[in-house]
Amino acid sequence: MENSTLISIEALKKHFLTSGGRFTALNGIDLKIGKAEFTGVVGPSGSGKTTLLNIIGSLDSPSEGRAIVLGQSISDLNPKQAARLRRTELGFIFQSYNLLPVYTVFENVEFPLLLLKLDDSQRRKMVMDSLEWLGLTDKVKSMPSQLSGGECQRVAIARAMVKKPEIVLADEPTANLDAANSHHILKTMVQLNNEFGTTFIFATHDEKVIGYLKRKISLIDGKVTTDEIRNN
Amino acid sequence: MNLLFKLAAKNLIGAGLRTWLNVIVLSFSFLIIIWHKGLLDGWDRQAKNETIKWETGGGQYWQSSYDPYDPFSLTEAHAKIPSTLDSLVSAGNVAPVLITQGTIYPRGRIQSILIKGINSNQKLLKIPSSLFIKNSEEIPALIGKNTATDNGIKEGDLVTLRWRDVHGTFDANSIKIIGIFDTDVPSVDMGQIWVPLDHLQKMMGMPGEATIIVTDKEQQGTVNSEEWKFKNNEFLLKAITDLIKMKSVGGFVLYIILLSLAMLAIFDTQILSIFRRQKEIGTYIALGMTRGQVVGLFTIEGSLNSVLAGLLAALYGIPLLAIQASHGMSIPGGSKGFGLAVADRIYPVYSLGLVITTILLILLTTTIVSYMPSRKIARMKPTEALRGKIQ
Repeated sequence: MENSTLISIEALKKHFLTSGGRFTALNGIDLKIGKAEFTGVVGPSGSGKTTLLNIIGSLDSPSEGRAIVLGQSISDLNPKQAARLRRTELGFIFQSYNLLPVYTVFENVEFPLLLLKLDDSQRRKMVMDSLEWLGLTDKVKSMPSQLSGGECQRVAIARAMVKKPEIVLADEPTANLDAANSHHILKTMVQLNNEFGTTFIFATHDEKVIGYLKRKISLIDGKVTTDEIRNN
Repeated sequence: MNLLFKLAAKNLIGAGLRTWLNVIVLSFSFLIIIWHKGLLDGWDRQAKNETIKWETGGGQYWQSSYDPYDPFSLTEAHAKIPSTLDSLVSAGNVAPVLITQGTIYPRGRIQSILIKGINSNQKLLKIPSSLFIKNSEEIPALIGKNTATDNGIKEGDLVTLRWRDVHGTFDANSIKIIGIFDTDVPSVDMGQIWVPLDHLQKMMGMPGEATIIVTDKEQQGTVNSEEWKFKNNEFLLKAITDLIKMKSVGGFVLYIILLSLAMLAIFDTQILSIFRRQKEIGTYIALGMTRGQVVGLFTIEGSLNSVLAGLLAALYGIPLLAIQASHGMSIPGGSKGFGLAVADRIYPVYSLGLVITTILLILLTTTIVSYMPSRKIARMKPTEALRGKIQ
């Protein structure tokens, strides 16, 4: 574990009510994740990876136990406080990119900064910097529909990174990409992790992603089975 | 809020055809509501102005027994014209009118008629009574175009007129039609014949008497007599006001139908938007918007439809309505039979108040209709929304 702890999870449980009764997605998770980690939560479908990421991202709350993110207990946050945490400290990368379809690349990347109410010139500089990191400066005016899958995911990363958040949560970021694009994106994220000290947490079962991880947390049936530090 | 407006505008424009279909439907509603209300306002104004010019002047003194809806009251409804008005009557600034029942026999047919006597020198009403001066016929008479048409009477015709004088004695004579006037006010035309006041007073044996006295506004209250009751224009024009009100109620039903159609389109679009854009809603929340902000964003998006519709309606509506306001709208011939002033052409009046009220009404209803389905967002789970799962 590197540096200070950003995320502390203790005896975390998450239950869902389904038509077949109560389903336990997370069943007593204990974890600590520190600054600048490049960590992956790995496991098969239904193992609870996305649920764990959603709780860390304050999009969901624990049924039992505690999840403390950047000093704030997720269970205790009201919707406004949770939105503020996401707005200021967290970046999200999704499997299907989730770009806003009627916005250009520039506007998509600019969106989180609009919510932070930064002024025009500051926003412009930050967006252009972010697009430059991802090699997208020639796509500024393109619409998402005009981009390839790899380009869309790079825009999504630029959007997650533009405000230089403490933590980026990436849920199956390479699931819709071919091998070349996956490696390109993962290298970019490693570079951003090294350069800015941003903590990256992945939910994945993609071997390509696993190959880049510095820490691999394996999850099966809502329980951590292994937690290994790797030398990449 | 400024940010939400910018985002909403962007989303709305980005939605393309879906937006424009709503905007077009809404702009029709804007236009038809304004047009219909403008038409009623124009009719109201025109009908009142014409009725004042042809019939009511600035108000009327009625002989205390006079009841225009009771023809039998006419036998008693006459009295001496107050002497205080003598100079004004001589100058033509007030117009005493003696009214009685009679019968004409145009082309061998019998027709009940109201005989109205009016001074030839009166300047208050548009009845062309000055024509009496130029004619030395024993009984010169004027009739309206509709009465002339209905009875097949032409200018210069001699028509037999029968009446009953103050003593109850029937008398008859020939009258000569010296003029046919065209008016939009049926109540001075339909079933009426106008003769010189002094002639009618002589025929009836009622020298110096009248049934009503048409005055200008300044004469209100100058006659202090139990015999004469002043009726202001609010009272005299009540029938028109009531009819316009009735038409307005009918128009209101039309507005409701039009608004409902437009609002249904907005409501439907909002429901569809929220259903189709769940991933987008989840993304907004993940990026740090509060649910309230997302509800606001969708509500503003819906409301902006009416702003765009207003702009579109202005684009094609202002020239259309302006052309119609200057050329007027032709009214079918039979509408004179309504019994109220209806011009051959009605010139709609589009006041600023009417336009602003309509815009505010549509903006308000659109906002409400946009907000209602958007509330569903507040109950959405962002994790489910992000997966695009229907909630």
